[in-house]
Amino acid sequence: MSSTSKPGNAAPQDPMAKGLGIVSFALGIPQTFAAGHMNRLIGVKDNARNRWVMRAVGVRELTAGVGIFTDRRPAGWIWARVAGDTMDLALLGSALRNKRGSQTRTIAATGAVAGAFAADVIDGVRLSRAANGSGNGSGHAPEPEPEQAVQVTAAITVRRDRDELYALWRDFERFPDFMAHLEEVRTTDTTTSHWKARGPLGTTVQWDAEITDDVPGERIAWRSIEGSKIDNAGSVRFVPAPGDQGTELHVDMRYSPPAGAVGATIAKLFGEEPAIQLKDDLRRLKSIAETGEIVRSDGSPEGPLGRRQLKQRPAHPLPDDELADISTNGGAS
Amino acid sequence: MRATVWSGRNKVQVENVPDPKILNARDAIVKISSTAICGSDLHLYDGYVPTMRKGDILGHEFMGEIVETGGEVTNLKVGDRVVVPFPIACGACNACARGLFSLCENSNPNASTAEKLWGDSTCGIFGYSHATGGYAGGQAEYARVPFADVGPIKIESDLSDEQVLFLSDVFPTGYMGADVCDIKPGDIVAVWGCGPVGQFAIASAYLLGAERVIAIDRFEYRLKMAREKAGAETINYEQTSVREVLREMTGGRGPDACIDCVGLEAHHHHGGMYAYDRVKQATRMQTERGYALREAIFNCRSGGTVSIMGVYGGFMDKFPIGAVMNRGLTIKTGQCHVHRYLRPLLDHIEKGAIDPSFIVTHRMSLDDASNGYETFKHKQDECVKVVLKP
Repeated sequence: MSSTSKPGNAAPQDPMAKGLGIVSFALGIPQTFAAGHMNRLIGVKDNARNRWVMRAVGVRELTAGVGIFTDRRPAGWIWARVAGDTMDLALLGSALRNKRGSQTRTIAATGAVAGAFAADVIDGVRLSRAANGSGNGSGHAPEPEPEQAVQVTAAITVRRDRDELYALWRDFERFPDFMAHLEEVRTTDTTTSHWKARGPLGTTVQWDAEITDDVPGERIAWRSIEGSKIDNAGSVRFVPAPGDQGTELHVDMRYSPPAGAVGATIAKLFGEEPAIQLKDDLRRLKSIAETGEIVRSDGSPEGPLGRRQLKQRPAHPLPDDELADISTNGGAS
Repeated sequence: MRATVWSGRNKVQVENVPDPKILNARDAIVKISSTAICGSDLHLYDGYVPTMRKGDILGHEFMGEIVETGGEVTNLKVGDRVVVPFPIACGACNACARGLFSLCENSNPNASTAEKLWGDSTCGIFGYSHATGGYAGGQAEYARVPFADVGPIKIESDLSDEQVLFLSDVFPTGYMGADVCDIKPGDIVAVWGCGPVGQFAIASAYLLGAERVIAIDRFEYRLKMAREKAGAETINYEQTSVREVLREMTGGRGPDACIDCVGLEAHHHHGGMYAYDRVKQATRMQTERGYALREAIFNCRSGGTVSIMGVYGGFMDKFPIGAVMNRGLTIKTGQCHVHRYLRPLLDHIEKGAIDPSFIVTHRMSLDDASNGYETFKHKQDECVKVVLKP
């Protein structure tokens, strides 16, 4: 469903990567083989469960260490360390909330991991940049750079005729109804529009787009205009489904995520998997077209939404304040 | 309102939670008059169903009175007495158009989670984990019912709650178990499990024209109910060899249709065999204890139908695919498409062809839900079905 770019050549002998690899071993060996000592060192309760967590973290560190030292292009392994740091910070955060061990030691451990996180991110960005070459300095990107572009495709069958679905899709201002990342699309002329989207971690991005292909009832294609900050293109084809099942929508989206491969990786860490998000967006569109609404549950009050899959609310009714919050941002229908 | 909340394995309690509200124009709010604990709730209670969260309200068998409707609901009005089907279905997608309501393509907002577990999604289900939508359930004072213009059936006669409540799940589920077997005159049907779904599968097999129905269980009180209320001949698998008795009773052919009403927590009379599946399940090497299903497949007549109504969640070890393939068995299964059975089964009840209230053994206040789960789980006090009154 999705593909992201692989980095090109990075320095295999990168000293910073080497240093981080040594850190992985220095932590991984005691974590795996002396989990109890490590638990006491960082001030969490030394019970059987925490020992297993510590050992699992240790094995992860050792894997990253081996990866960094054996892979000619260690950028991916450095990013694995970033993911690991994020997990460790979450674990330490929950240990701090539990208040069962030594707070001071846990705070110190959190500080150390935060430092490692910063070092990992800096090195990851550096290596990924080196791997991707110097980027495009010109500001003119006729096609999303194949090295950095994310391509996602998805198909869905909707029990409606294709003219109706074409009309729904051709009205770009309705995109935010079903595309969870979009805040607003404003039509600026017959073929141009201005888009405003939510990026990961509370960022907002804006760009202008133009329609590049438009065959009523059959297909629509669009792309960001030259010089846009976020370079992207998309197309949808409407194909009659066999039997009386309605219409198949085949959607293809390509974009260079903000901050390149780094941005894509961070977005994934926060549950923004583009392939799943596109499929969920299409489910929302299907629901609007077939039922007139986007069904909402207590666990997923916004309707189908990729990032919500990892962060379900409990299945009991929302209190009024949460409900109001969801109705004003991102709630559909 | 008060609601039965899951708070981890083997732990439910009645808590105060916010009242449900209309979230979509096709919603309705039901004030619940009766609700039941389902055998499949026990799989959640026992912690075998993934994607449960602490704080989830349980319950998918409920009925009551409409107290509020969304703007698009025109077929129901405040004060109507309704039974609510456990699957949530939009009525407008291709699955609903084919009558496959439990496969509704629009009612599960967590379809991408379900897709990871099962390859594609099912419908949304009340109070039944987040893979089926993360909907609050009906073991509560009130429930929000999405697509209320499609699901709930109005009860306009003066039948009691207990006579119509089981239209929400166990009666249609048992009925579908028999219906998919395409029963022909002279057919002998065997039913594994004499819980509520098993009892209704037996009764439904007769309604659909079976010659004989043989029921298999190990609890004498459940076998007695199957004999006396549903009309089955019975086998206690702890006392006799199921295979030998079935062969004897069917002239060596095997039953024409075998219905599994047991599901993923099957028991085996031989300690070693039971331990094998139990250990593999506990260590998560499989999610199912499939002994009842294996036995149903193994004993079915060559060319016959195996109908699976017991709940399964993931992956089973030692699935006897060789028997299925070489002996040309047909497997039929699915969460029940309740919507398509509501009207015909209500007609059966109204005509007096069946009175589903025979399965009720325990009536409790909603506040005793925790006690109800324990009684039902451990089959204490000859428990078959617990009805809770909010």
